[in-house]
Amino acid sequence: MYAVQQFINILQLGSIYGLIALGYTMVYGIIRLINFAHGDLFMVAAFISYILAVYLKLPFIPTLLISVVFVAMLGMSIERLAYKPLRQAPRVSVVITALGVGLFLENFVLLFYPYPQVVPTLLPTINWNLGGVTVSFLHVLIVGLALLLMLILDLIVNRTMVGMAMRAISWNKTIVPLMGVSVDKIISITFILGTGLAAIAGVMYSQAFSTIDPYMGILIGWQAFICAVIGGIGNIRGAILGAFILAAVQILVVTFLPSTYRDFITFTLLLVFLAFRPYGILGKPPIEKV
Amino acid sequence: MKKTVVVLLVTMLTIMSMVLVGCKSSAELTIPIGLNAELTGGLPIVGASCKNAALLAVKEVNDAGGLDVGGKKYQIKLFIEDNAYKSDQSVAVTQKLITQDNVVAIIGPNASAMAIPPSEIAETSKVLMISPWSTNPATTIDSKTGQPKKYVFRACFIDTFQGKLDAKFAMETLGAKRIAVMYDVADDAGVGLSKYFKETVEQMGGNIVAFETYTSGDKDFSGQLTKIKQANPDLIYLPVMYNYVPVQIKQAHALGITAKFLGSDGWASDELIKLGGKDVEGTFHTAHYAPDIATPIAQNFIKAYNTAYSSVPDDVAALTYDSFGMLFESLKTAGKVDRQAVRDALANMAHYEGVTGTLQFKEGSGDPIKSAVILETKNGKFVYYATVQP
Repeated sequence: MYAVQQFINILQLGSIYGLIALGYTMVYGIIRLINFAHGDLFMVAAFISYILAVYLKLPFIPTLLISVVFVAMLGMSIERLAYKPLRQAPRVSVVITALGVGLFLENFVLLFYPYPQVVPTLLPTINWNLGGVTVSFLHVLIVGLALLLMLILDLIVNRTMVGMAMRAISWNKTIVPLMGVSVDKIISITFILGTGLAAIAGVMYSQAFSTIDPYMGILIGWQAFICAVIGGIGNIRGAILGAFILAAVQILVVTFLPSTYRDFITFTLLLVFLAFRPYGILGKPPIEKV
Repeated sequence: MKKTVVVLLVTMLTIMSMVLVGCKSSAELTIPIGLNAELTGGLPIVGASCKNAALLAVKEVNDAGGLDVGGKKYQIKLFIEDNAYKSDQSVAVTQKLITQDNVVAIIGPNASAMAIPPSEIAETSKVLMISPWSTNPATTIDSKTGQPKKYVFRACFIDTFQGKLDAKFAMETLGAKRIAVMYDVADDAGVGLSKYFKETVEQMGGNIVAFETYTSGDKDFSGQLTKIKQANPDLIYLPVMYNYVPVQIKQAHALGITAKFLGSDGWASDELIKLGGKDVEGTFHTAHYAPDIATPIAQNFIKAYNTAYSSVPDDVAALTYDSFGMLFESLKTAGKVDRQAVRDALANMAHYEGVTGTLQFKEGSGDPIKSAVILETKNGKFVYYATVQP
């Protein structure tokens, strides 16, 4: 029973990591930008859901939808204002800008909410006790949502015209406009989808762990980055695979080793992948274009 | 051309320095005191309480015409610095207070992880530092020699005392036999407390069935708590900061854990109840003072604090107020505004009647001898449960 409970813990943690890693990996996959502000957009979504639930007393579905739309628009505007002018600049400049945007978001929220806040529980708290194993409705919802969104995203990227344009841009940004595709529009859509996913993760996370603070996005953003690297950054299925691997490693370390080793092993895993397989499990080794 | 620029620059600097010196001599007599607090970052409530109490203590003295030191009345000038709950920034602001603002003494920081690094600087710079709330023994002990630091004091009891007291309370009063511990490895107070708690429980014949850790910033404790549930404890000791407690107890309850919870003085913030709601009912924790059994001195302070900020002062506020009280007392005894003289006066102080009880410093040590209280969370309030003498 103990093992089963830990397995359920892995599924829940992995799904939350997965939701954030999906957006991370998608933005990278298409415009080769490691969006370090991603974790902070996740945090903004959690705070928007808090405002909607506390001040407007909205139920779960409208809270989720409004938060997602708001944060997706925010993500798109950030891309327009901060990243677009740097499209021809060295990649390092954009990464530094992303870090700056992240710091801005953290400190902006800090102005209004310097203290941790509690998000009211909007979902029914149903716990099933199956022979000593506790499963909650929230667990099931989070796991289901992560897998469903992965499938939808996979379909969008691989089966639609927009997805085809996205893949084309990731392949060659200069040729694509010659085929009559608006690069700006496609990149905007990429950001809307990517940050929308982070927003869903933020709302679900605040429901699962209830306390939120302006710095909550930093650590979880790093964890999602590791998930994306393990699975193969830019690869959608890889992000989910990486998320479950990371969650399994973290929970198993806590189970069998002193829990102090957890972050040590997590970041060692990142280093090992970066050193020996930087393109991750499902990624393809990059082809040098001469 | 170059020469003219140099001459111009020198003239400007001379005028500026003359103006600055002129300002200083015309101003009234002041005593600069530094405050190093956790205003932003992970523990903003602690920083806010500390700042509020500091401003109150300074205002009371200044409004009464100033502090009488050696027959002259001095106004207190407070330099407030934010360490952002980062140890490197805590060191940087301490250096700034000492070298730039020329403070006579520094009050703060509060969290042990913030207080230990700057305590080394205060010691080497020979500047008095009083930490209101840092309970880790290392704050006042020199890491190289193992001897007590000469310039670092605190207003609170230390973790060796608190850890033992918590262990005794868990076993004797609450009757716990199988005990689990979970703490934050990045929090010096928690690391120390868990160690002393575990030692005492084992000496008393109790059983530590799980000893789990996590790192600052974590929100998911399902792995550790599932392991604790498997060990089937009848009490879980959480020597952690208030902001983690609600999340941990909520997750424990969701996993079906029914054990009792006991915490350290890190719990003493109303935020715990606000964030935890029903889940934190019936828990116990150690504290530095209990507002509901306050002495006349404490009642005056609670009243003044309540008038100024319309809230009941927490542990940090009370301890900060006592730190300032002790500092003012030492300044008066010293009879001059001098770093060394103030330090000597505090070290030789017979005893101090403060908000948090009677404080007394042992020969050569910066750790006061004082009592602790145990509080219970009942109907959305911390209620006095017992007093424990050292």
